[in-house]
Amino acid sequence: MLYSDKVMDHFMNPRNVGEIEDASASGTVGNAKCGDIMKVDLKIENNVILDAKFKTFGCGSAIATSSMATEMIIGKTLDEALSLTNKAVAEALDGLPPVKMHCSLLAEQSVKAAIKYYYEQNGGIPEDKKHLFDVLQEDEHSV
Amino acid sequence: MAETLRVYLDNAATTPVHSDVIDVISSVMREYYGNPSSIYNEGQKSKELLEQSRDIVAQAIHADGAEIYFTASGTESDNWAIKGAALRYFGQKMHIITSVIEHHAVLHTCESLAKIGYEVTYLPVDADGIVAPEVLAAAIRPDTVIVSIMMANNEIGTIQPIKELAAVCRDKKVLFHTDAVQAVGSVPIDVKDLGVDLLSLSGHKFGAPKGVGALYIRKGVRINNFMDGGAQERNRRGGTENLPYIAGLAKAITISAADLPSKADKLSRLRNELVEKVMDTIPHTRLNGSYDKRLPGNANFSFEFIEGESLLLMLDHMGYACSSGSACTSGSLDPSHVLLAIGLPHEIAHGSLRVSISTSLTSEVIDRFVAALEKIVFRLREMSPLYEDFVKNKTTPIIPCTKCYKEQIMKEV
Repeated sequence: MLYSDKVMDHFMNPRNVGEIEDASASGTVGNAKCGDIMKVDLKIENNVILDAKFKTFGCGSAIATSSMATEMIIGKTLDEALSLTNKAVAEALDGLPPVKMHCSLLAEQSVKAAIKYYYEQNGGIPEDKKHLFDVLQEDEHSV
Repeated sequence: MAETLRVYLDNAATTPVHSDVIDVISSVMREYYGNPSSIYNEGQKSKELLEQSRDIVAQAIHADGAEIYFTASGTESDNWAIKGAALRYFGQKMHIITSVIEHHAVLHTCESLAKIGYEVTYLPVDADGIVAPEVLAAAIRPDTVIVSIMMANNEIGTIQPIKELAAVCRDKKVLFHTDAVQAVGSVPIDVKDLGVDLLSLSGHKFGAPKGVGALYIRKGVRINNFMDGGAQERNRRGGTENLPYIAGLAKAITISAADLPSKADKLSRLRNELVEKVMDTIPHTRLNGSYDKRLPGNANFSFEFIEGESLLLMLDHMGYACSSGSACTSGSLDPSHVLLAIGLPHEIAHGSLRVSISTSLTSEVIDRFVAALEKIVFRLREMSPLYEDFVKNKTTPIIPCTKCYKEQIMKEV
Protein backbone atom coordinates (compact mmCIF):
# COMPACT_ATOMS: atom_id res chain seq x y z
CA MET A 1 0.00 0.00 0.00
CA LEU A 2 1.18 3.44 -0.96
CA TYR A 3 -0.11 5.09 2.23
CA SER A 4 -0.18 4.23 5.93
CA ASP A 5 -3.48 3.15 7.51
CA LYS A 6 -3.66 6.50 9.25
CA VAL A 7 -3.32 8.43 6.01
CA MET A 8 -6.03 6.26 4.47
CA ASP A 9 -8.27 6.79 7.47
CA HIS A 10 -7.91 10.58 7.30
CA PHE A 11 -8.39 10.45 3.52
CA MET A 12 -11.47 8.23 3.53
CA ASN A 13 -13.00 9.87 6.62
CA PRO A 14 -11.57 13.37 6.66
CA ARG A 15 -12.21 15.39 9.84
CA ASN A 16 -13.29 19.02 9.73
CA VAL A 17 -14.22 19.30 6.05
CA GLY A 18 -16.20 22.42 5.26
CA GLU A 19 -16.30 26.14 5.84
CA ILE A 20 -16.85 28.32 8.90
CA GLU A 21 -19.60 30.87 8.19
CA ASP A 22 -18.31 33.49 10.65
CA ALA A 23 -14.63 32.59 10.37
CA SER A 24 -12.13 34.86 12.08
CA ALA A 25 -9.55 34.07 9.44
CA SER A 26 -9.00 32.08 6.29
CA GLY A 27 -5.87 31.02 4.41
CA THR A 28 -5.50 29.51 0.95
CA VAL A 29 -2.24 28.12 -0.45
CA GLY A 30 -1.12 26.10 -3.49
CA ASN A 31 -2.47 26.40 -7.01
CA ALA A 32 -4.64 24.39 -9.35
CA LYS A 33 -1.86 24.13 -11.93
CA CYS A 34 0.26 22.06 -9.56
CA GLY A 35 -2.74 19.97 -8.60
CA ASP A 36 -3.19 21.01 -4.99
CA ILE A 37 -4.96 23.85 -3.21
CA MET A 38 -5.72 23.99 0.52
CA LYS A 39 -8.04 26.42 2.22
CA VAL A 40 -8.31 26.58 6.00
CA ASP A 41 -10.93 28.60 7.93
CA LEU A 42 -10.32 29.37 11.63
CA LYS A 43 -12.62 30.52 14.41
CA ILE A 44 -10.43 32.31 16.94
CA GLU A 45 -11.33 33.76 20.33
CA ASN A 46 -8.90 35.08 22.94
CA ASN A 47 -5.97 33.75 20.93
CA VAL A 48 -7.42 30.24 21.00
CA ILE A 49 -8.49 28.31 17.90
CA LEU A 50 -12.02 27.17 18.71
CA ASP A 51 -12.68 25.58 15.36
CA ALA A 52 -10.94 24.81 12.07
CA LYS A 53 -12.38 23.62 8.78
CA PHE A 54 -10.75 22.90 5.46
CA LYS A 55 -11.40 22.37 1.79
CA THR A 56 -8.75 20.76 -0.37
CA PHE A 57 -8.28 20.06 -4.05
CA GLY A 58 -5.54 17.49 -4.25
CA CYS A 59 -4.32 13.94 -3.89
CA GLY A 60 -4.97 11.52 -1.04
CA SER A 61 -2.12 12.80 1.09
CA ALA A 62 -3.16 16.44 0.54
CA ILE A 63 -6.61 15.65 1.92
CA ALA A 64 -5.22 13.54 4.77
CA THR A 65 -2.68 16.19 5.84
CA SER A 66 -5.39 18.89 5.79
CA SER A 67 -7.55 16.71 7.99
CA MET A 68 -4.73 15.94 10.41
CA ALA A 69 -3.46 19.55 10.57
CA THR A 70 -6.93 20.85 11.49
CA GLU A 71 -7.22 18.13 14.16
CA MET A 72 -3.89 19.18 15.61
CA ILE A 73 -4.70 22.89 15.99
CA ILE A 74 -8.28 22.86 17.30
CA GLY A 75 -8.25 23.96 20.94
CA LYS A 76 -4.69 25.26 20.68
CA THR A 77 -3.44 28.81 21.21
CA LEU A 78 -2.18 30.72 18.19
CA ASP A 79 1.39 30.31 19.48
CA GLU A 80 0.93 26.57 19.74
CA ALA A 81 -0.62 26.40 16.27
CA LEU A 82 2.27 28.44 14.87
CA SER A 83 4.70 25.84 16.14
CA LEU A 84 3.03 23.18 13.98
CA THR A 85 5.54 21.90 11.42
CA ASN A 86 4.99 19.87 8.30
CA LYS A 87 7.16 17.16 9.80
CA ALA A 88 4.88 16.92 12.83
CA VAL A 89 1.83 16.55 10.57
CA ALA A 90 3.55 13.83 8.55
CA GLU A 91 4.65 12.01 11.70
CA ALA A 92 1.15 12.14 13.16
CA LEU A 93 0.03 10.33 10.02
CA ASP A 94 2.69 7.62 10.53
CA GLY A 95 4.71 9.09 7.70
CA LEU A 96 4.20 10.01 4.07
CA PRO A 97 5.96 8.70 0.95
CA PRO A 98 8.93 11.04 0.15
CA VAL A 99 7.27 12.39 -3.02
CA LYS A 100 4.27 13.43 -0.93
CA MET A 101 6.11 15.43 1.72
CA HIS A 102 5.24 18.67 -0.09
CA CYS A 103 1.59 18.02 0.78
CA SER A 104 2.42 18.27 4.47
CA LEU A 105 4.19 21.58 3.86
CA LEU A 106 1.03 22.81 2.20
CA ALA A 107 -0.89 21.92 5.38
CA GLU A 108 1.56 23.89 7.54
CA GLN A 109 1.43 26.80 5.11
CA SER A 110 -2.37 26.94 5.00
CA VAL A 111 -2.61 27.13 8.80
CA LYS A 112 0.05 29.84 8.89
CA ALA A 113 -1.59 31.75 6.05
CA ALA A 114 -4.84 31.86 8.04
CA ILE A 115 -3.11 32.98 11.24
CA LYS A 116 -1.16 35.64 9.31
CA TYR A 117 -4.44 36.95 7.94
CA TYR A 118 -5.85 37.03 11.47
CA TYR A 119 -2.92 39.07 12.77
CA GLU A 120 -3.12 41.44 9.84
CA GLN A 121 -6.81 42.05 10.59
CA ASN A 122 -6.11 42.50 14.31
CA GLY A 123 -3.32 45.05 14.68
CA GLY A 124 -0.57 43.46 12.57
CA ILE A 125 1.88 40.60 12.91
CA PRO A 126 3.87 40.87 16.18
CA GLU A 127 7.50 41.69 15.34
CA ASP A 128 8.86 38.63 17.20
CA LYS A 129 6.59 36.29 15.18
CA LYS A 130 7.32 37.58 11.70
CA HIS A 131 9.99 34.95 11.03
CA LEU A 132 7.44 32.18 11.67
CA PHE A 133 5.76 33.10 8.39
CA ASP A 134 8.88 32.76 6.25
CA VAL A 135 7.64 29.30 5.33
CA LEU A 136 4.89 30.93 3.27
CA GLN A 137 7.52 32.11 0.78
CA GLU A 138 8.79 28.56 0.25
CA ASP A 139 7.78 26.65 -2.81
CA GLU A 140 6.15 23.49 -1.54
CA HIS A 141 7.70 21.56 -4.44
CA SER A 142 11.21 22.26 -3.20
CA VAL A 143 10.52 20.05 -0.17
CA MET B 1 -15.20 -6.64 6.61
CA ALA B 2 -16.70 -8.37 3.62
CA GLU B 3 -14.35 -8.74 0.67
CA THR B 4 -15.19 -6.04 -1.86
CA LEU B 5 -16.08 -7.38 -5.28
CA ARG B 6 -13.22 -6.30 -7.54
CA VAL B 7 -13.78 -4.89 -11.02
CA TYR B 8 -10.63 -4.59 -13.12
CA LEU B 9 -10.83 -1.59 -15.44
CA ASP B 10 -7.14 -1.09 -16.20
CA ASN B 11 -6.55 -3.44 -19.11
CA ALA B 12 -4.34 -0.86 -20.84
CA ALA B 13 -1.87 -1.23 -17.94
CA THR B 14 -1.84 -5.00 -18.18
CA THR B 15 -4.23 -7.89 -18.69
CA PRO B 16 -4.81 -11.03 -16.65
CA VAL B 17 -2.99 -14.02 -18.15
CA HIS B 18 -5.44 -16.20 -20.08
CA SER B 19 -5.88 -19.63 -18.47
CA ASP B 20 -5.14 -21.45 -21.76
CA VAL B 21 -1.90 -19.46 -21.94
CA ILE B 22 -0.98 -20.57 -18.42
CA ASP B 23 -1.57 -24.19 -19.47
CA VAL B 24 0.67 -23.81 -22.51
CA ILE B 25 3.42 -22.15 -20.46
CA SER B 26 3.41 -24.78 -17.74
CA SER B 27 3.45 -27.66 -20.20
CA VAL B 28 6.31 -26.05 -22.15
CA MET B 29 8.20 -25.60 -18.89
CA ARG B 30 7.72 -29.30 -18.12
CA GLU B 31 8.30 -30.78 -21.55
CA TYR B 32 10.48 -28.41 -23.51
CA TYR B 33 13.45 -27.78 -21.28
CA GLY B 34 16.02 -28.32 -24.04
CA ASN B 35 17.99 -25.30 -25.25
CA PRO B 36 16.81 -24.46 -28.78
CA SER B 37 20.46 -23.94 -29.76
CA SER B 38 21.40 -27.55 -28.90
CA ILE B 39 21.63 -30.07 -31.73
CA TYR B 40 20.33 -33.14 -29.89
CA ASN B 41 16.70 -34.23 -29.69
CA GLU B 42 15.63 -32.13 -26.67
CA GLY B 43 17.12 -29.00 -28.19
CA GLN B 44 15.62 -29.56 -31.62
CA LYS B 45 12.20 -30.21 -30.12
CA SER B 46 12.43 -26.79 -28.44
CA LYS B 47 13.73 -25.20 -31.63
CA GLU B 48 10.72 -26.52 -33.51
CA LEU B 49 8.28 -25.07 -30.98
CA LEU B 50 10.16 -21.76 -31.09
CA GLU B 51 9.82 -21.52 -34.86
CA GLN B 52 6.17 -22.59 -34.76
CA SER B 53 5.51 -19.84 -32.24
CA ARG B 54 7.31 -17.34 -34.43
CA ASP B 55 5.15 -18.28 -37.40
CA ILE B 56 1.97 -17.94 -35.35
CA VAL B 57 2.92 -14.45 -34.12
CA ALA B 58 3.93 -13.50 -37.67
CA GLN B 59 0.61 -14.67 -39.13
CA ALA B 60 -1.36 -12.67 -36.59
CA ILE B 61 0.07 -9.43 -38.00
CA HIS B 62 0.44 -10.69 -41.61
CA ALA B 63 4.22 -10.86 -41.48
CA ASP B 64 6.63 -13.66 -42.37
CA GLY B 65 8.19 -15.75 -39.62
CA ALA B 66 11.65 -14.49 -40.57
CA GLU B 67 10.51 -10.94 -39.77
CA ILE B 68 9.62 -11.61 -36.11
CA TYR B 69 12.20 -11.27 -33.34
CA PHE B 70 11.29 -12.10 -29.75
CA THR B 71 12.26 -9.67 -27.00
CA ALA B 72 11.63 -9.32 -23.28
CA SER B 73 9.14 -6.44 -23.52
CA GLY B 74 7.55 -3.74 -25.64
CA THR B 75 10.07 -1.34 -24.14
CA GLU B 76 12.97 -3.48 -25.38
CA SER B 77 11.39 -3.63 -28.85
CA ASP B 78 11.05 0.17 -28.93
CA ASN B 79 14.64 0.64 -27.74
CA TRP B 80 15.97 -1.82 -30.29
CA ALA B 81 14.02 -0.37 -33.22
CA ILE B 82 15.00 3.24 -32.60
CA LYS B 83 18.54 2.82 -31.27
CA GLY B 84 19.26 0.05 -33.75
CA ALA B 85 18.24 2.23 -36.71
CA ALA B 86 19.84 5.41 -35.39
CA LEU B 87 23.19 3.88 -34.45
CA ARG B 88 23.53 2.08 -37.77
CA TYR B 89 23.84 5.49 -39.44
CA PHE B 90 25.73 7.25 -36.63
CA GLY B 91 27.65 10.23 -37.97
CA GLN B 92 25.68 10.23 -41.24
CA LYS B 93 22.02 10.58 -40.37
CA MET B 94 21.58 12.16 -36.97
CA HIS B 95 17.93 13.27 -36.97
CA ILE B 96 15.00 11.39 -35.42
CA ILE B 97 11.30 12.24 -35.59
CA THR B 98 8.70 11.15 -33.06
CA SER B 99 5.57 12.68 -31.52
CA VAL B 100 4.89 14.49 -28.26
CA ILE B 101 2.42 11.83 -27.08
CA GLU B 102 4.63 8.73 -27.31
CA HIS B 103 5.10 6.29 -24.44
CA HIS B 104 8.18 6.90 -22.30
CA ALA B 105 9.77 3.80 -23.85
CA VAL B 106 10.08 5.87 -27.04
CA LEU B 107 10.48 9.37 -25.55
CA HIS B 108 13.25 8.39 -23.16
CA THR B 109 15.00 6.37 -25.87
CA CYS B 110 15.04 9.50 -28.04
CA GLU B 111 16.26 11.59 -25.11
CA SER B 112 19.10 9.18 -24.54
CA LEU B 113 20.09 9.41 -28.23
CA ALA B 114 19.92 13.21 -28.00
CA LYS B 115 22.61 13.02 -25.31
CA ILE B 116 25.03 11.46 -27.79
CA GLY B 117 24.39 14.01 -30.52
CA TYR B 118 21.13 13.12 -32.27
CA GLU B 119 18.62 15.83 -32.96
CA VAL B 120 15.02 14.91 -32.14
CA THR B 121 11.90 16.54 -33.57
CA TYR B 122 8.75 16.01 -31.51
CA LEU B 123 5.72 16.38 -33.77
CA PRO B 124 2.67 18.11 -32.28
CA VAL B 125 -0.78 16.52 -32.25
CA ASP B 126 -4.24 18.01 -32.71
CA ALA B 127 -6.90 18.18 -29.97
CA ASP B 128 -7.76 14.51 -30.55
CA GLY B 129 -4.12 13.47 -30.30
CA ILE B 130 -3.57 12.83 -34.02
CA VAL B 131 -0.33 13.44 -35.93
CA ALA B 132 -1.06 14.91 -39.36
CA PRO B 133 0.81 13.23 -42.26
CA GLU B 134 1.56 16.63 -43.83
CA VAL B 135 3.16 17.79 -40.57
CA LEU B 136 5.36 14.70 -40.67
CA ALA B 137 6.24 15.26 -44.33
CA ALA B 138 7.37 18.81 -43.56
CA ALA B 139 9.58 17.66 -40.68
CA ILE B 140 11.55 15.04 -42.64
CA ARG B 141 15.08 16.14 -43.57
CA PRO B 142 17.85 14.55 -45.67
CA ASP B 143 19.53 13.45 -42.42
CA THR B 144 16.38 11.92 -40.86
CA VAL B 145 17.18 8.33 -39.98
CA ILE B 146 13.94 7.07 -38.45
CA VAL B 147 10.40 8.17 -37.63
CA SER B 148 8.62 6.57 -34.67
CA ILE B 149 4.89 7.19 -34.18
CA MET B 150 2.75 5.01 -31.92
CA MET B 151 -0.20 3.18 -33.44
CA ALA B 152 -2.53 3.75 -30.49
CA ASN B 153 -1.98 5.96 -27.47
CA ASN B 154 -1.87 4.26 -24.08
CA GLU B 155 -3.71 7.06 -22.24
CA ILE B 156 -6.34 8.47 -24.57
CA GLY B 157 -6.48 5.52 -27.00
CA THR B 158 -6.19 7.68 -30.13
CA ILE B 159 -5.39 5.60 -33.22
CA GLN B 160 -2.97 7.27 -35.64
CA PRO B 161 -3.27 7.23 -39.44
CA ILE B 162 -0.31 4.83 -39.54
CA LYS B 163 -0.76 3.83 -43.18
CA GLU B 164 -0.59 7.47 -44.32
CA LEU B 165 2.33 8.26 -42.02
CA ALA B 166 4.25 5.20 -43.22
CA ALA B 167 3.57 6.17 -46.85
CA VAL B 168 5.12 9.60 -46.25
CA CYS B 169 8.24 7.89 -44.92
CA ARG B 170 8.43 5.41 -47.76
CA ASP B 171 8.25 8.28 -50.28
CA LYS B 172 11.13 10.02 -48.54
CA LYS B 173 13.08 6.78 -47.96
CA VAL B 174 13.10 7.11 -44.18
CA LEU B 175 12.58 4.14 -41.83
CA PHE B 176 9.22 4.06 -40.05
CA HIS B 177 8.67 2.39 -36.67
CA THR B 178 5.38 2.11 -34.82
CA ASP B 179 4.94 1.26 -31.16
CA ALA B 180 1.84 -0.94 -31.47
CA VAL B 181 1.92 -2.18 -27.87
CA GLN B 182 -1.61 -0.92 -27.15
CA ALA B 183 -3.00 -1.85 -30.55
CA VAL B 184 -1.97 -5.49 -31.00
CA GLY B 185 -4.71 -7.70 -29.64
CA SER B 186 -7.26 -4.85 -29.74
CA VAL B 187 -7.48 -4.01 -33.43
CA PRO B 188 -6.62 -6.05 -36.56
CA ILE B 189 -3.09 -5.37 -37.81
CA ASP B 190 -1.61 -6.07 -41.21
CA VAL B 191 2.00 -4.89 -41.43
CA LYS B 192 2.07 -5.31 -45.22
CA ASP B 193 -1.00 -3.15 -45.67
CA LEU B 194 0.24 -0.56 -43.17
CA GLY B 195 3.63 -0.41 -44.87
CA VAL B 196 5.65 -0.08 -41.67
CA ASP B 197 9.33 -1.08 -41.45
CA LEU B 198 9.37 -1.87 -37.73
CA LEU B 199 6.60 -2.63 -35.22
CA SER B 200 6.79 -3.27 -31.47
CA LEU B 201 4.36 -5.46 -29.55
CA SER B 202 4.07 -6.67 -25.97
CA GLY B 203 2.46 -9.89 -24.74
CA HIS B 204 1.04 -8.78 -21.40
CA LYS B 205 -1.36 -6.34 -23.09
CA PHE B 206 -3.33 -9.25 -24.56
CA GLY B 207 -3.29 -12.17 -22.14
CA ALA B 208 0.35 -13.31 -22.18
CA PRO B 209 2.53 -12.79 -19.09
CA LYS B 210 4.77 -9.78 -18.50
CA GLY B 211 8.30 -10.27 -19.81
CA VAL B 212 7.78 -11.19 -23.44
CA GLY B 213 7.40 -9.05 -26.55
CA ALA B 214 8.43 -8.96 -30.17
CA LEU B 215 9.83 -6.66 -32.80
CA TYR B 216 8.75 -6.97 -36.41
CA ILE B 217 11.61 -6.05 -38.74
CA ARG B 218 10.54 -5.95 -42.37
CA LYS B 219 12.67 -8.10 -44.66
CA GLY B 220 15.50 -5.98 -46.03
CA VAL B 221 15.51 -3.43 -43.20
CA ARG B 222 18.94 -3.14 -41.63
CA ILE B 223 19.31 -2.02 -38.03
CA ASN B 224 22.06 -2.60 -35.48
CA ASN B 225 21.77 -5.31 -32.87
CA PHE B 226 20.70 -4.16 -29.45
CA MET B 227 21.42 -7.22 -27.32
CA ASP B 228 24.85 -8.64 -28.18
CA GLY B 229 25.46 -12.28 -27.40
CA GLY B 230 24.91 -15.68 -28.97
CA ALA B 231 23.44 -16.60 -32.33
CA GLN B 232 19.82 -16.61 -31.16
CA GLU B 233 17.13 -14.85 -33.18
CA ARG B 234 19.14 -15.18 -36.40
CA ASN B 235 22.19 -13.53 -34.82
CA ARG B 236 20.24 -10.38 -34.04
CA ARG B 237 19.21 -10.71 -30.42
CA GLY B 238 21.48 -12.68 -28.10
CA GLY B 239 20.19 -14.52 -25.05
CA THR B 240 18.67 -17.98 -24.63
CA GLU B 241 15.08 -17.74 -25.77
CA ASN B 242 12.33 -17.60 -23.12
CA LEU B 243 10.54 -20.49 -24.80
CA PRO B 244 7.65 -20.96 -22.33
CA TYR B 245 6.69 -17.29 -22.58
CA ILE B 246 7.25 -17.19 -26.33
CA ALA B 247 4.87 -20.15 -26.72
CA GLY B 248 2.51 -18.33 -24.35
CA LEU B 249 2.75 -15.20 -26.50
CA ALA B 250 1.82 -17.25 -29.57
CA LYS B 251 -1.14 -18.77 -27.74
CA ALA B 252 -2.33 -15.39 -26.47
CA ILE B 253 -2.10 -13.73 -29.88
CA THR B 254 -4.06 -16.64 -31.39
CA ILE B 255 -6.80 -16.28 -28.79
CA SER B 256 -7.01 -12.51 -29.18
CA ALA B 257 -6.95 -12.70 -32.99
CA ALA B 258 -9.95 -15.08 -33.05
CA ASP B 259 -13.09 -13.04 -33.82
CA LEU B 260 -11.12 -9.84 -33.31
CA PRO B 261 -13.53 -7.64 -35.31
CA SER B 262 -16.58 -8.87 -33.37
CA LYS B 263 -14.76 -8.54 -30.04
CA ALA B 264 -13.66 -5.01 -30.96
CA ASP B 265 -17.26 -4.28 -31.85
CA LYS B 266 -18.51 -5.53 -28.51
CA LEU B 267 -15.86 -3.52 -26.67
CA SER B 268 -16.77 -0.35 -28.57
CA ARG B 269 -20.44 -0.78 -27.70
CA LEU B 270 -19.68 -1.31 -24.01
CA ARG B 271 -17.26 1.61 -24.00
CA ASN B 272 -19.76 3.92 -25.71
CA GLU B 273 -22.39 2.91 -23.19
CA LEU B 274 -19.97 3.74 -20.38
CA VAL B 275 -19.05 7.10 -21.93
CA GLU B 276 -22.72 8.02 -22.49
CA LYS B 277 -23.68 7.14 -18.94
CA VAL B 278 -20.75 8.96 -17.35
CA MET B 279 -21.37 12.09 -19.42
CA ASP B 280 -25.12 11.99 -18.72
CA THR B 281 -24.60 11.54 -14.98
CA ILE B 282 -21.68 13.78 -14.03
CA PRO B 283 -21.66 17.47 -14.99
CA HIS B 284 -18.44 19.30 -15.94
CA THR B 285 -16.94 16.17 -17.44
CA ARG B 286 -15.14 15.76 -20.74
CA LEU B 287 -14.02 12.81 -22.82
CA ASN B 288 -10.33 13.17 -23.66
CA GLY B 289 -9.15 12.03 -27.10
CA SER B 290 -11.00 11.30 -30.29
CA TYR B 291 -14.60 10.15 -30.14
CA ASP B 292 -14.27 7.63 -32.97
CA LYS B 293 -10.57 7.16 -33.84
CA ARG B 294 -9.76 5.37 -30.61
CA LEU B 295 -9.08 1.93 -29.18
CA PRO B 296 -12.37 0.09 -28.61
CA GLY B 297 -11.70 -0.53 -24.91
CA ASN B 298 -10.42 2.92 -23.95
CA ALA B 299 -12.25 5.79 -22.25
CA ASN B 300 -10.49 8.78 -20.70
CA PHE B 301 -12.39 11.44 -18.79
CA SER B 302 -11.58 14.66 -16.98
CA PHE B 303 -13.73 15.74 -14.06
CA GLU B 304 -13.31 19.43 -13.31
CA PHE B 305 -12.55 20.67 -9.75
CA ILE B 306 -11.08 17.37 -8.50
CA GLU B 307 -7.75 15.58 -8.57
CA GLY B 308 -7.15 12.15 -10.10
CA GLU B 309 -5.25 10.35 -7.38
CA SER B 310 -7.99 10.97 -4.82
CA LEU B 311 -10.46 9.65 -7.35
CA LEU B 312 -8.40 6.48 -7.93
CA LEU B 313 -8.00 5.79 -4.22
CA MET B 314 -11.73 6.09 -3.57
CA LEU B 315 -12.57 3.97 -6.61
CA ASP B 316 -10.09 1.37 -5.39
CA HIS B 317 -11.74 1.41 -1.99
CA MET B 318 -15.08 0.68 -3.67
CA GLY B 319 -13.58 -2.16 -5.70
CA TYR B 320 -12.63 -0.55 -9.01
CA ALA B 321 -9.12 -0.52 -10.50
CA CYS B 322 -8.53 2.39 -12.90
CA SER B 323 -5.73 4.78 -13.80
CA SER B 324 -5.17 8.55 -13.97
CA GLY B 325 -2.87 11.06 -15.64
CA SER B 326 -2.60 13.26 -12.56
CA ALA B 327 0.85 14.35 -11.43
CA CYS B 328 0.38 12.58 -8.12
CA THR B 329 0.07 9.20 -9.79
CA SER B 330 3.03 9.73 -12.11
CA GLY B 331 5.54 10.63 -9.42
CA SER B 332 6.35 13.88 -11.21
CA LEU B 333 5.06 17.40 -10.66
CA ASP B 334 3.38 17.68 -14.02
CA PRO B 335 0.29 15.82 -15.09
CA SER B 336 0.36 13.51 -18.13
CA HIS B 337 2.36 14.83 -21.10
CA VAL B 338 -0.32 13.35 -23.37
CA LEU B 339 -3.18 15.32 -21.81
CA LEU B 340 -1.15 18.54 -21.87
CA ALA B 341 -0.20 17.86 -25.52
CA ILE B 342 -3.86 17.69 -26.60
CA GLY B 343 -4.31 21.13 -25.05
CA LEU B 344 -5.82 20.43 -21.63
CA PRO B 345 -5.02 23.01 -18.93
CA HIS B 346 -3.04 21.55 -16.01
CA GLU B 347 -5.98 21.54 -13.59
CA ILE B 348 -8.14 19.56 -16.03
CA ALA B 349 -5.33 17.10 -16.75
CA HIS B 350 -4.92 16.55 -12.99
CA GLY B 351 -8.55 15.44 -12.81
CA SER B 352 -8.33 12.70 -15.42
CA LEU B 353 -9.44 9.09 -15.23
CA ARG B 354 -8.58 6.31 -17.68
CA VAL B 355 -10.96 3.36 -17.85
CA SER B 356 -9.76 0.49 -20.07
CA ILE B 357 -12.32 -2.29 -20.27
CA SER B 358 -12.40 -5.94 -21.32
CA THR B 359 -15.20 -7.89 -23.01
CA SER B 360 -16.20 -9.35 -19.63
CA LEU B 361 -17.78 -6.01 -18.68
CA THR B 362 -21.58 -5.94 -18.54
CA SER B 363 -24.21 -3.18 -18.58
CA GLU B 364 -25.02 -4.01 -14.99
CA VAL B 365 -21.42 -3.46 -13.88
CA ILE B 366 -21.26 -0.25 -15.92
CA ASP B 367 -24.32 1.02 -14.01
CA ARG B 368 -22.76 0.14 -10.65
CA PHE B 369 -19.48 1.74 -11.66
CA VAL B 370 -21.12 4.96 -12.85
CA ALA B 371 -23.15 5.18 -9.63
CA ALA B 372 -19.98 4.77 -7.55
CA LEU B 373 -18.13 7.28 -9.70
CA GLU B 374 -20.92 9.83 -9.37
CA LYS B 375 -20.86 9.50 -5.60
CA ILE B 376 -17.09 9.87 -5.41
CA VAL B 377 -16.89 12.85 -7.77
CA PHE B 378 -19.66 14.54 -5.79
CA ARG B 379 -17.83 13.87 -2.52
CA LEU B 380 -14.51 15.18 -3.78
CA ARG B 381 -16.17 18.26 -5.26
CA GLU B 382 -17.81 18.96 -1.91
CA MET B 383 -14.30 18.96 -0.47
CA SER B 384 -12.80 21.10 -3.23
CA PRO B 385 -12.17 24.84 -2.81
CA LEU B 386 -12.28 25.15 -6.63
CA TYR B 387 -15.82 23.79 -6.67
CA GLU B 388 -16.80 26.06 -3.77
CA ASP B 389 -15.48 29.01 -5.76
CA PHE B 390 -17.52 27.94 -8.76
CA VAL B 391 -20.73 27.49 -6.75
CA LYS B 392 -20.38 30.65 -4.63
CA ASN B 393 -18.63 33.11 -6.89
CA LYS B 394 -19.88 31.72 -10.17
CA THR B 395 -16.40 31.42 -11.63
CA THR B 396 -16.47 30.18 -15.22
CA PRO B 397 -15.84 26.46 -15.39
CA ILE B 398 -13.28 25.24 -17.95
CA ILE B 399 -15.56 22.36 -18.95
CA PRO B 400 -18.82 24.25 -19.42
CA CYS B 401 -21.73 21.90 -19.69
CA THR B 402 -21.41 18.22 -20.37
CA LYS B 403 -24.57 18.08 -22.45
CA CYS B 404 -23.50 20.88 -24.83
CA TYR B 405 -20.04 19.40 -25.02
CA LYS B 406 -21.44 15.99 -25.86
CA GLU B 407 -23.66 17.42 -28.58
CA GLN B 408 -20.67 19.20 -29.99
CA ILE B 409 -18.44 16.11 -30.18
CA MET B 410 -21.24 13.98 -31.57
CA LYS B 411 -21.75 16.57 -34.33
CA GLU B 412 -18.10 16.38 -35.29
CA VAL B 413 -18.29 12.62 -35.84
